[in-house]
Amino acid sequence: MPINNDDVEKIAHLARLGISPDRLETYTKNLSGILELVEQMNEVDTSGVAPMAHPRDTKLRLRDDVVSEHNERDKFIKLAPASENGLFLVPKVLD
Amino acid sequence: MHKKSLQKLALGLANKDFSTIELTQYFLDRIEAHQDINAFITVDREGSLQQAAAADKLLSAGEAQPLTGIPLAHKDIFCTDGLRTSCGSKMLDNFIAPYDATLIRKFRQTGSIILGKTNMDEFAMGSSNETSYYGRVLNPWNKERVPGGSSGGSAAAVAAHLAPAATGTDTGGSIRQPASFCGLTGLKPSYGRVSRYGMIAFASSLDQAGPMAHSAADAAILLQTMSGFDERDSTSVDIAVPDFSEDLENNLEGLKIGMPVEFFNDDLDPGIASIIMNALREYEVLGAKLVDISLPNSHLSVPCYYVLAPAEASSNLSRFDGARYGYRTAEYDDLLDMYKKTRAEGFGDEVKRRIMIGAYALSAGYYDAYYLKAQKIRRLISDDFTRAFEKCDVIASPTAPETAFRFGDKSDDPVAMYLNDIYTISVNLAGLPGISIPAGLDKNNLPVGLQLIGQYFDEAGLLNVAHRYQQVTDWHTLSPL
Repeated sequence: MPINNDDVEKIAHLARLGISPDRLETYTKNLSGILELVEQMNEVDTSGVAPMAHPRDTKLRLRDDVVSEHNERDKFIKLAPASENGLFLVPKVLD
Repeated sequence: MHKKSLQKLALGLANKDFSTIELTQYFLDRIEAHQDINAFITVDREGSLQQAAAADKLLSAGEAQPLTGIPLAHKDIFCTDGLRTSCGSKMLDNFIAPYDATLIRKFRQTGSIILGKTNMDEFAMGSSNETSYYGRVLNPWNKERVPGGSSGGSAAAVAAHLAPAATGTDTGGSIRQPASFCGLTGLKPSYGRVSRYGMIAFASSLDQAGPMAHSAADAAILLQTMSGFDERDSTSVDIAVPDFSEDLENNLEGLKIGMPVEFFNDDLDPGIASIIMNALREYEVLGAKLVDISLPNSHLSVPCYYVLAPAEASSNLSRFDGARYGYRTAEYDDLLDMYKKTRAEGFGDEVKRRIMIGAYALSAGYYDAYYLKAQKIRRLISDDFTRAFEKCDVIASPTAPETAFRFGDKSDDPVAMYLNDIYTISVNLAGLPGISIPAGLDKNNLPVGLQLIGQYFDEAGLLNVAHRYQQVTDWHTLSPL
């Protein structure tokens, strides 16, 4: 298999996903199956091919640097799982 | 009443055969009576009747636009101000959108009615609607089978006539495959045609919204409202929007339909092959010519997609962190623990798989082998289409390799599920428009879809080709109810 349980734990940590130990094996099996599918890409020599990031190779537009949106703080803060004085509340970030 | 075309409904409203309130109440009653299908996540009874009252005033004042008073259903991926917008996920079960997606704003401006928000695979990741937090959607043609996905709720709602038409989104086939499974006309427009602003992002370089309806004529009316440049979507393309209904009747004399030799081979199910060939013969009668073309890298479209789409998804879905909106786990020790538990509890298995594949493909040491490689393959796939269109005007194929399958048939095998999109995914990778139209029923009495792929921004041409077929056949008029 292309990846093992340790790899999956590492990827899950990078993606900030908790994985329960009893599901680990299944994820490893499923993700390995997907990676085996993906590795069919290696059949083709792509040296010299320009990568394509977007269906239309257009440049992104620039807009004037002006205020264009209203302040909707109250509307947005209502959606927060926890807030205080118009600020989002999260656990301590720095010790 | 529920089998009338959008044009007939608009005529009925204009002639005062029925009011918008009556029409809206009629569809609300049908939704109520067919709750077992589970096509809707949220039904907005109160809001839709208020909108209906406003539409009736516009109609009386002679200020109607083409969709004024027409009830519609929208996939629960479009932010809808004041309504829950869940994207089929526990993560957003409590999320009341604080603004309208551009698509929703446009449908409001034309005076159409928002009946509710339709069920879907979680974050549009799935081909069977089995990954929704809100439970599976039943296919109205056979309730033991899936409606397809990810826009399965929209497809089931329209097929069961719970709404005259609906919107969907398509990242790898999510409009066309459920349209095929439910006997509908479903169009994925060219990338950049319809604004993605306020449409919850899955894979930003692939996602497009489009119409799901009973006919190409109805789809043209919806697409007219949805289309157009939007400065709030950085990838929206500033190009003129034609009148999509104007060219529907054009004759097809001399039209060249390309048949990819890679799709019409021994791997294709014989039952589906014969239905698709019958449809193509019908096109010959209409004056079209069939030509063999080749898409030599098409077999790499699924592998390529399952790097690029998860990579973009892992980035897009990092915003669901439990800090600003949506679900947050009940108990946690610190910030990292909050993130991990929130995301473990808020996301379902398929979403987690794709986030992890994406994170892996983008991680240090693997980027070149996966992400960059896939971007190069994407170029090859896109170039194949460019060459093919030197020989033909549209490309034909089956929409899906099979008809609606049974619940549970593929839910334990992600790769088997992914291969259901084998004919549709390359169209998203290239950014081209594609449409699925009903072309017959298989031996189990299940709809089979014909996919037609067009050139960049030639939705009008695709709708014309689809409409002419629907004038000489009646597959699109068949109904399971």
